[in-house]
Amino acid sequence: MNNAATTPVKQEVFESMKPYFAEDYGNPSGFSNFSERSKDAIEKARDTIAGLLGASGEEIYFTSGGTESDNWALKAIAFANRKKGTHIITSKIEHHAILRTCEWLGKAGFDVTYVNVDENGFVDSKEIRRAIRSDTILISVMTANNEIGTIQPIREIGTIARERKILFHTDAVQAYGHIAINVNECGIDLLSASGHKINGPKGIGILYIRKGTVIGSFMHGGEQEHGRRAGTYNTPGIVGFGKATELAQASLATRSTFESELRDYLIDRIIAEIPYSRLNGHKTKRLPNNVNISFKYVEGESMLIMLDQKGICASGGSACTSGSLDPSHVLLAIGLPHEIAHGSLRITLSEEATKEEVDYVVEELKKIVQRLRSMSPLYEDFIKEKKENVQ
Amino acid sequence: MYSEKVIDHFNKPRNVGEIKNSSGIGTVGNAKCGDIMRMYLNIDDNGIIRDVKFKTFGCGAAIATSSMATELVKGKTIQEALNVTNKAVMETLDGLPPAKVHCSLLAEEAIHAALWDYAEKNNIRIEGLKKPVNDVEESEKYDI
Repeated sequence: MNNAATTPVKQEVFESMKPYFAEDYGNPSGFSNFSERSKDAIEKARDTIAGLLGASGEEIYFTSGGTESDNWALKAIAFANRKKGTHIITSKIEHHAILRTCEWLGKAGFDVTYVNVDENGFVDSKEIRRAIRSDTILISVMTANNEIGTIQPIREIGTIARERKILFHTDAVQAYGHIAINVNECGIDLLSASGHKINGPKGIGILYIRKGTVIGSFMHGGEQEHGRRAGTYNTPGIVGFGKATELAQASLATRSTFESELRDYLIDRIIAEIPYSRLNGHKTKRLPNNVNISFKYVEGESMLIMLDQKGICASGGSACTSGSLDPSHVLLAIGLPHEIAHGSLRITLSEEATKEEVDYVVEELKKIVQRLRSMSPLYEDFIKEKKENVQ
Repeated sequence: MYSEKVIDHFNKPRNVGEIKNSSGIGTVGNAKCGDIMRMYLNIDDNGIIRDVKFKTFGCGAAIATSSMATELVKGKTIQEALNVTNKAVMETLDGLPPAKVHCSLLAEEAIHAALWDYAEKNNIRIEGLKKPVNDVEESEKYDI
């Protein structure tokens, strides 16, 4: 129930990778027949990935994952275009791989505008338009939010970027292979994606770079990836990512229908059966597998531990366990007060999930929320206030 | 992440609830960092804490430290209860992760706040008790 965090490598994916560890381990940059086999496998994966995005193979660059892709896109575009301008536009609900990189760019002399989102977590394309200045060089808005699942109007944003001749990057790590994305239809110049979110291996990702885009290297060294991304190829990772993409593409339509029906069933049951709960993110324009709910008067970590003890793995809206006391920047950006943001839960389904499992989650969740509320001073105050109001 | 004792106190918290007509109530914490603790004390005429109950909105450590703090002060004199420090709470729980140390401080403060309330109600001064910092913020109005 935490499939947005990461996914297991599918057996077929694992099998496809196996030969490239100890048998066909040749360095794809070599000239032997042996090397050629690795090289062919890499190019096949590259074409598969390009195919899912409506791109061409030469526009796909392999990286170590989504974080590297985001870092590369932002930093290298910024530095390659700084004579044109130093202004970058992004949103307040981006992944930290974008936000922290933007903070770093801010210290390096770039000027970053973080646009707001509405209560559903949508970036308003009109606000993007308003934020554009004569020195704007890049707009980066995620395809879909990893916490609340909101799918952004990237086509509208891409169209605006194109009109104004500004580069458009989208972090599609959470969306790739889960919803259809076409880089041409959406006016995307750069796109980050990762293998492990779609039953592929960890440690592999891509950056799509539209042909003709002015961008520098991020990893300097050998001549791999047209000299744009140095480093020996991670052949098994690339092959696995290719296979996972192939499987994701084949199942996209049926999986999306199945997951969104199950998602809506889960959301409807929770909202109907657990009082003082609310859905975060838009009801329908959300990732098919994403459920994010806030429960008033309850704290998230306690909820997560209790769910874990019942064999349910979910994720919170609070980064409390990572040492920070601040709740999720995404939940705060959609306007939730701190104590409600602290009581949030993300459940992310997969095609393997069943209605029985979802029912089990709801039943356990009802008990857990009730139990924690019975211990909560905030709930006690709320009930007292309610009684006083009645009298 | 948590010791077995912390998990035990989280799963089976001791002394959860409210005390009607208690001798002292203390609420500390801050919704912003996600922890609010409320302690209820019943203190008899000899200054012995006869009963203690708590309610906590917070993480696993917050619930466990509140529970342990109630155990440590129950049946004790006011002075003995004052000597229950956050360190003592942590030690009896076999430690806390560094990010959760503030929870034990909050538990100590909650006891102090309840004692302060008792002292104020009875118009007495408790040796060594300082007015606790009560940083509970007005809960923001938000309906869901």
